[in-house]
Amino acid sequence: MSATVGGGVDAMAGTMISLHDLTVSYRRHPAVHHLSGSFARGSLTALVGPNGAGKSTLLKSLLGLVPIEHGSVLLGVERQHIAYLPQRSEIDRSFPLSVLDCVLLGHWQRNGLHAGISAEARQAAVQALATVGLGGFEGRALGTLSGGQFQRVLFARILLQDAQLILLDEPFAAVDEPTIDALMALILRWQAEGRTTIAVLHDFDLVRGRFPQTLLLARKLLAWGATAEVLTPENMRRMRATVAAWDEHAPVCNTEGED
Amino acid sequence: MLAHLYAILIVPFAENPFMRRALAGALALSVASPPLGILLTLRRMSLFGDALSHAVLPGVAVGFLLCGLSLPAMSIGGLVAGMLVVALAGWISRRTQLREDASLAATYLVALALGVMLISAQGTQVDLLHILFGNVLAVDQDGLLLIAGIATLILVLLATLYRGLLLETFDPLFLAACGGRGWLYQQAFLLMVVLNLVAAFQTLGTLMAVGLMMIPAVAARLWSERLGVQFMVGVALAVLASVAGLLLSYHFDLSSGPAIIVSAGAVYGASVLVAPGGWLRQLMQRPHLRG
Repeated sequence: MSATVGGGVDAMAGTMISLHDLTVSYRRHPAVHHLSGSFARGSLTALVGPNGAGKSTLLKSLLGLVPIEHGSVLLGVERQHIAYLPQRSEIDRSFPLSVLDCVLLGHWQRNGLHAGISAEARQAAVQALATVGLGGFEGRALGTLSGGQFQRVLFARILLQDAQLILLDEPFAAVDEPTIDALMALILRWQAEGRTTIAVLHDFDLVRGRFPQTLLLARKLLAWGATAEVLTPENMRRMRATVAAWDEHAPVCNTEGED
Repeated sequence: MLAHLYAILIVPFAENPFMRRALAGALALSVASPPLGILLTLRRMSLFGDALSHAVLPGVAVGFLLCGLSLPAMSIGGLVAGMLVVALAGWISRRTQLREDASLAATYLVALALGVMLISAQGTQVDLLHILFGNVLAVDQDGLLLIAGIATLILVLLATLYRGLLLETFDPLFLAACGGRGWLYQQAFLLMVVLNLVAAFQTLGTLMAVGLMMIPAVAARLWSERLGVQFMVGVALAVLASVAGLLLSYHFDLSSGPAIIVSAGAVYGASVLVAPGGWLRQLMQRPHLRG
């Protein structure tokens, strides 16, 4: 497990995110339970675990989208340098918006409500679409895209955001092999550019092959570190054992933090 | 022939000041309402306007009780009541497990009941009918200024907040992740809907005010897949319905508000049949392309 950083921003030099005894609950049941550790700057981490393990909740708590009940999250980056790809189910694709307009939303953090879209900004969006293999799709309506194509559009939007910290929630759900390869190449490029990326994934072969770091979560932390040391048969067995553990009448948790 | 058309289409407005005022009011509403309606359908809140129009009622009733049939009093009352319901429903949905539509449903029904209770305790049935169904032909100078002022304000707000409103509707999670205050756009948008309903209640009545907002909007969604085009089509259809409705009510001595809404319904019916997204296009199987 990585070292726990509980101090201020001074202690964040090589650290992008520092979690200290983080607990997030829904209706008193913890989704993320006493989680401590840190993501190094420039690291590429796979966030894996069974359904309901708190993976999405962890990403949302990093963004402040869910209230933190206990503990703390320290981010070594300003808010406008974070990009977030939500699970696809949360976006309405029938929205009457062109592909180019959707990608241009990636400029939101810099342009805000009123700033015009410059010719360069527009060119960058066209370029981003070409990068994800959707050259020529600029004028198409979002509703005409397939699921995989739409996922590529969202990656193009992230390219425009030019973020230091990139959070991807199940980026490859229901996406075909060529698309995964293309998007994975982008993720590896981000790593080479020194960006920090965390991706929620379910494909263990992909994680073993491409992701240097892995965080194995089952509400509480099971293992965190180099992928080969995390995805051991023993840890996988522990993960499966915790899958169905739901106690409707669980007692109150009294732990005062466990590092 | 031309003289005949002139007599049917132009003379009613040319010779009657009350028809001209009604036309101006209806046109102002036609410009401001459909874009709001289209945004409502995009948020999957098509029935939300209906609920809000009910929520406005208790405020109108309080204004009526305090000052009689005074337009400013009833308008301010309606605005305050609408905003209270929107704010309360928004607060409940943010602070509890209820979704926005559920919390609004509960809030507006109580507001509506309060409104009917207040009016029927004091007024007569005629007053209640006037408030519920409006009378576009009785729009006076002050009423016209109110409608035009609110329509202008809505257009300016829409233009100013357009990008944020769109982003908050399309991908609220992205906006939230960027640190944007989504609830601000949401509340601003709902404020516009309430304002629009307050402007429309005198001409069309609280129950019909929603019609000019939603029917052209829903029809416009059948005509194009581009939002800007949908806005323009929606406004054009609303203008068409307003003019047709006023002429119908003039020539056949019909109630004006319902005549406008029924005209909008006819426009909607035609759109369902012949628009690119409508039934006939689905029926005509055109040969598929090579790629």
